[in-house]
Amino acid sequence: MRLVGRLAVGVFKESVRDRVLYGLVIFAAVLMAATYLLGQLTAGQDIKIIKDLGLASISTLGLFMAVFVGIGLVWREVERRSIYNLLSKPVTREQFILGKYAGLVLTLAVNVAAMTAAFYLVLAYMNWNADDIMRRSWPAPALDPALMIAIGLIGVELLVVTAVALFFSTFSSPFLSAVLTLALWVVGHFNDDLKHFDAVVDSRPAVWVARALYYLLPDLSAFDVKSQVVHGLPVPAAAVALAVGYGAVYIAFLLVAAMLIFQRKDLQ
Amino acid sequence: MSAIRLEELTKRYTEGFWRPRPYTALDRLSLTVESGEVFGCLGPNGAGKTTTLKLLMALVRPTSGQAEILGLPAGSVEVRRRVGYLPENPSFYDHLSAEELLIYFAGLFGCTGAEARRRAAARLDEVGLGAERRMPIRKYSKGMVQRVGIAQALINDPELVFLDEPMSGLDPIGRRDVRALIMRLRDRGCTVFFSSHVLADAEALCNRVAVLAKGRLVAEGRVSDLLAFRVHGWELVVSRVSREVVDQLAVGARITPIGPDRFAIDVPLAVAPERLLQDFVAQGASLVSLNPMRDTLEDFFVESVAAPPARPEA
Ligand SMILES: Nc1ncnc2c1ncn2[C@@H]1O[C@H](COP(=O)(O)OP(=O)(O)OP(=O)(O)O)[C@@H](O)[C@H]1O
Ligand SMILES: [Mg+2]
Repeated sequence: MRLVGRLAVGVFKESVRDRVLYGLVIFAAVLMAATYLLGQLTAGQDIKIIKDLGLASISTLGLFMAVFVGIGLVWREVERRSIYNLLSKPVTREQFILGKYAGLVLTLAVNVAAMTAAFYLVLAYMNWNADDIMRRSWPAPALDPALMIAIGLIGVELLVVTAVALFFSTFSSPFLSAVLTLALWVVGHFNDDLKHFDAVVDSRPAVWVARALYYLLPDLSAFDVKSQVVHGLPVPAAAVALAVGYGAVYIAFLLVAAMLIFQRKDLQ
Repeated sequence: MSAIRLEELTKRYTEGFWRPRPYTALDRLSLTVESGEVFGCLGPNGAGKTTTLKLLMALVRPTSGQAEILGLPAGSVEVRRRVGYLPENPSFYDHLSAEELLIYFAGLFGCTGAEARRRAAARLDEVGLGAERRMPIRKYSKGMVQRVGIAQALINDPELVFLDEPMSGLDPIGRRDVRALIMRLRDRGCTVFFSSHVLADAEALCNRVAVLAKGRLVAEGRVSDLLAFRVHGWELVVSRVSREVVDQLAVGARITPIGPDRFAIDVPLAVAPERLLQDFVAQGASLVSLNPMRDTLEDFFVESVAAPPARPEA
C-alpha cells in the first residue's frame, strides 16, 4: 500500500509539472471570471446561471483532465520504456496500475478542490454584493452546502471516467483511448434511457440487448444532481449513497480488468 | 546456489497483423551463472541478448522454458528486491532530475528520507554525475542518461545486476569508468550479467561468456578458451620503408600499401612478429603499430551459425 502511495505521488508530481494542468487551472479561473461577468450583466439577478455554469465547468474540466491525463498514464510509460525501470523494482504490476490510478485521483482531487474554492469565492462575492430582497428571491442560498453534494458526485463520476481511461490505456493508444472514453462518457449520460427501453420498443431481443448494455456501460446520469441542487430541490440521501456505491463497484470492476490485462502484457 | 539458471528458455514473437507468423527471438537457451561471476552475453544485433534480459526481468513472458534467479522464479518481487537492471537505451521521466529519480526509486525499496538522499548522491557520484544531479534528465546527453541508468540499477545495493549494453553511448573515459565499476561490483561479491557486442569489453571483464546468434547459444565458456577468438596472426604497420624491402622481409605475407612509404602487413602466426620487427628496424623502418588479429564476433557468428533460422518476410 505504501508503494502504491509512492507511485501515486510520482504521478501527481509529474502532472503538476505538466503544463497541461496549469492550463486547465487557468482556464477554470477564466471561466469563473466569466461567470462573474455574466452575473454583472444580469445585475446579480440570477445566481442560478452562475451555479449552473460553475458546476458544469467543474464537471467538464474535470472530465478533460481525467481523460487527457488518464489515457497517457500507462501507455506513455510503456511507449517511453520508462516502465522497464519501474517494474524491475519490487513493484508488482497490480501496484503499478493502482498507483497510477491513485495518482490521477490525487491530481483530480486537488484540481477539483481548487476549482471548488474559486467557485465558492465567486458565490461569496455574489452573496456579499446582493441585497436582502434579491437574496430572498434565490431558490437556494448562494453558499448552499448542497452544492458540495453536487460537486462530490461530480467527483465520483470523474473517478469512474478516470478508471475507464486507465482501463483503455492498458491496451490501446492514447488517441483510441480518448475516443473510447469520451464515447463512453456520452453514452453513459444516455444510459438511463436503455433501462426504460422496453417502454419504447416491443421486440424482446432488443430489450434484452438494451438491458445487457445498460448493465455493461456506466450509468453516469446517476451522478448528475446539478439541476436539483441549483433549483434548491432536495437530493435524497439514499440516492446519493446508491450512486456512490454504484460508482465504487464499477471502478473496482474496471481496475481489476485493467490489472488482469496488464498482468499478461508483454512489455516489448 | 547458482545466481541465474535458464532452462530451455524460448521466446517467440508473432509478427504481422493479418497473417501472424512466429519469429523465434530466443531458442531453447540453457545457461547457468554462478554467484560472484561476471558473465558476458555476447552476440551481434538481433541475437536475442535484450530478449534474454527482458525474460530474466519478467518484462516479457517466455513462450516455454524456465528462468530462475537466486533460486527463485524470475520476476518475483523478492528477486526484484535483490537485483538491479539497466535496460537497453534507458529512458526516464522528463520532469525529474537524476537525484529526484533516484530518490523516487529508492522509495520503491522502502528507503526514504535522508537515507534515500544519501544513497542517491552516492550512486550518482559513483557514475560521475555528482555535479549535474539537480538538472532535469531531459537535458542530459545520451551518455549521461546511460549513467543515470547504471546508477538506478545499483540503488538497492543489489547482489546481482543485469546490464544491457552498459557501455553503449559512453565515451572512452565513460567506458573505462564502467569497466572499473563492474570490477568494483565483482570485488564486492556482486554477480554481474551484462550484454555487449564488443568482444574487448567481455575479454577485459568476464569470467565466462555466452555467445548468442540468431537466438541460439553458439558458444559458452572462457573467452580465452573459445577457440575462435584466439589470435590467428598479427597486423604490423611500418613506415619509412620501401616496397622492395617489405617484399623481401615479409615473404608470403599479405601486404597492403597505406601510404607512399607505409605498409600494413598481415603476419601469419607461424612467423614471430618480434623477429620480423627487428629486421624492419635494422633496415631503418619505423614501427607504427603491431596488433593481434583475431576473429571478430561477427566472423565467429558467421562460422558457428550453420543454418540460421530464416526470418519470415515482414
Ligand atoms: N516485440 C518484438 N516483436 C517481434 N520481434 C521482436 C520483438 N522484440 C525483439 N524482436 C526480435 O527478436 C530478435 C532479438 O532481438 P533482441 O533485441 O533480443 O536482440 P539483441 O541481441 O539485443 O540485439 P542488439 O545488439 O541490436 O541490441 C530480433 O530479431 C528482433 O527483431
Ligand atoms: Mg539489445
